[in-house]
Amino acid sequence: MSETFVAEHALEYPGGYTRSVGPVIGRFLTGLRDGRIEGVRARDGRVIVPPTEYDPVTSDEIGGDDGDWVDVGPAGRVVTWSWVANPRVGKHPLDRPFAFALIRLDGADTALLHAVDCGSPDGIVTGARVAPRWRAERVGKITDIECFTVLADGEQPVAATPRHVAADGAGDADGTDEGAVTSMNSAFRLEYRIPAGAATRRYLNGLAEGRIVGGRAPSSTEVYAASRGTDPKTGEPTSIEVEISDAGCVTTYCVVNIPGLSELAPEIPYVSAQILLDGADNMMFGLIRGCPVEDVHMGMRVKAKWADELKPDHRSILHWEPTGEPDAPYEHYKDNL
Amino acid sequence: MRDVGVISFAASGVDRDADHNEVEIIVPVIRQAMADSGLTKPEIGFVCSGSLDYLFGGPFAFVAGVDAVGAVPPIRESHVEMDAAWALYEAWTYIQTGEIDTALIYGFSKGSIGDVHEILTMQTDPYNVLPLWPSATDMAALQARAYLEASGRTERDLAEVAARSQVNAKATPYATRSGDATVDAVLAQPKVADPLRAADVFAGSDGAAVIIIAADDVARRVCKRPAWIRGIEHRIEAHSLGVRDLTRSESTALAGAAAGVADGKVDIAELHAQFSHEELILAEALGLDAAATSINPSGGALAGNCLMAAGLQRFGEAAQRIWSGDADRAVVHATSGPCLQHNLVAVLEGE
Repeated sequence: MSETFVAEHALEYPGGYTRSVGPVIGRFLTGLRDGRIEGVRARDGRVIVPPTEYDPVTSDEIGGDDGDWVDVGPAGRVVTWSWVANPRVGKHPLDRPFAFALIRLDGADTALLHAVDCGSPDGIVTGARVAPRWRAERVGKITDIECFTVLADGEQPVAATPRHVAADGAGDADGTDEGAVTSMNSAFRLEYRIPAGAATRRYLNGLAEGRIVGGRAPSSTEVYAASRGTDPKTGEPTSIEVEISDAGCVTTYCVVNIPGLSELAPEIPYVSAQILLDGADNMMFGLIRGCPVEDVHMGMRVKAKWADELKPDHRSILHWEPTGEPDAPYEHYKDNL
Repeated sequence: MRDVGVISFAASGVDRDADHNEVEIIVPVIRQAMADSGLTKPEIGFVCSGSLDYLFGGPFAFVAGVDAVGAVPPIRESHVEMDAAWALYEAWTYIQTGEIDTALIYGFSKGSIGDVHEILTMQTDPYNVLPLWPSATDMAALQARAYLEASGRTERDLAEVAARSQVNAKATPYATRSGDATVDAVLAQPKVADPLRAADVFAGSDGAAVIIIAADDVARRVCKRPAWIRGIEHRIEAHSLGVRDLTRSESTALAGAAAGVADGKVDIAELHAQFSHEELILAEALGLDAAATSINPSGGALAGNCLMAAGLQRFGEAAQRIWSGDADRAVVHATSGPCLQHNLVAVLEGE
């Protein structure tokens, strides 16, 4: 199948989500920023790391009192691990093969997930002693620990370096003057390659030939422009291809005064309209141009303005223009509002 | 309790469907299940679906799905952002109210348009886990090692599960990975996420599954031997992997006990194991004896894991074997969340 019919799509929120972390996760992240790891004591005495706002057994609120908090680690033992032979660049913590491990830090009763930089699967075993490799630049995120490393017999963990020191040597080395971490930015990007599907491909192929192709189900007389493949009333496949006119009438519309919404309408104001094409029973969405916006009205006859170069792409129809024909009577489109 | 039985099932699956959108994938499966059911559209009291927006690549995946059902005149409809096995649970509950007698349940996805192992990471804790991007397979491998080291089982035991899945799946038309696999051939594969090999990790599938359930006399009228749902229950565990005991599945054990798994002989079990070790953990949690019970005779989800449909497919695979008389009593399992976090268990019986 031609790549023409595959849409490159990314699910991404510019700048990422800003999440409020709350007092408990916030205190944990503040600790990471300052180069230490804290856990919270549950009602049964177990120390939970990373801490939760609730007791995992009783759901009681925990972490509200200073007395609930316990310094843990920084070293601990591997409870279980898996090997990542092909790291996901830009997502995984390390760009070379590494282990993911659940790590029970000294003084903790639950395990923390993190990466272990140990070269090969031979470099790690369950029960191995590991310690964090801290980043110098820490911001209050789990990734302030770059990864863990395996400790040799008798080797001691390396403490976090002071986060930042002013040029004159004065100022606060541990960053505690910045207050607690209260939020974090959570950015992600997921990529997709979305094939058009059979019905949309027929429609797009039609556009490349300057035609508007619709579909109809065998048991129905209703014709759907740009069908997604079924008659939405019955769920029956629109297996019969029907050519539809590139002229019709405006049913309902709105005047857009917000800039930047459509690449096809660089100037505001413009009109977005639902258009009932001759020979179709559903509406197409389109922009109305070629007349002052205040002249656009329900029932106005319009025709597609095709691009000079036609492609299997919705942009082959630039916009819709008035034809000057008499208006369609209300009866014609009253069931399509 | 009303007697509610599975009366119709259809499913589809290919490893990559480049020719159809989601609606086009769902439509033939719904039409097949409807045609086989002996019911007409106005006789369907409720429609419930399972889908996932992150798999679809945008919000409101289920709204597109409604085009496949036909919602004119408007229908009673609901949706879960989970495997459609939980949509079946919702439908079963609705039928218990006595307001409706029948329901059509469907699940669908096109995993091939994105990276399903990465998409599933989106369900982890956004504060302390998501920033590290452990894939579904990375997390499963943590559980696999924890289980192997605690149980004394070996990678050969995993390979036995993987090979049997592929051999059993030869008779399953919508399986995407099947063939004459052997334990030694699986063990010869390189590891993709030590201790897991490629054959220990589910095969992808683009497709849909549809089940129709009906109560009492309606079920008896249209189906010679309905697969009656005698018990159904689901239980969830903590979100954080580090607070759970990954060597066993307590939620499955509790759901299985509540569903009545132990109340009789189990002829077959269809377990939604997406990784080899999960089948072993689930069988232990449900107290299944491999000598007495045929486990995943369809090949299970390892042979084709159409996300949001694969758990529902387990109901269909079990029901088919009850309709045919090959089995009298079956256990069905569906899972959701990383490392078997949330588990649903049902017992199906023929009369």
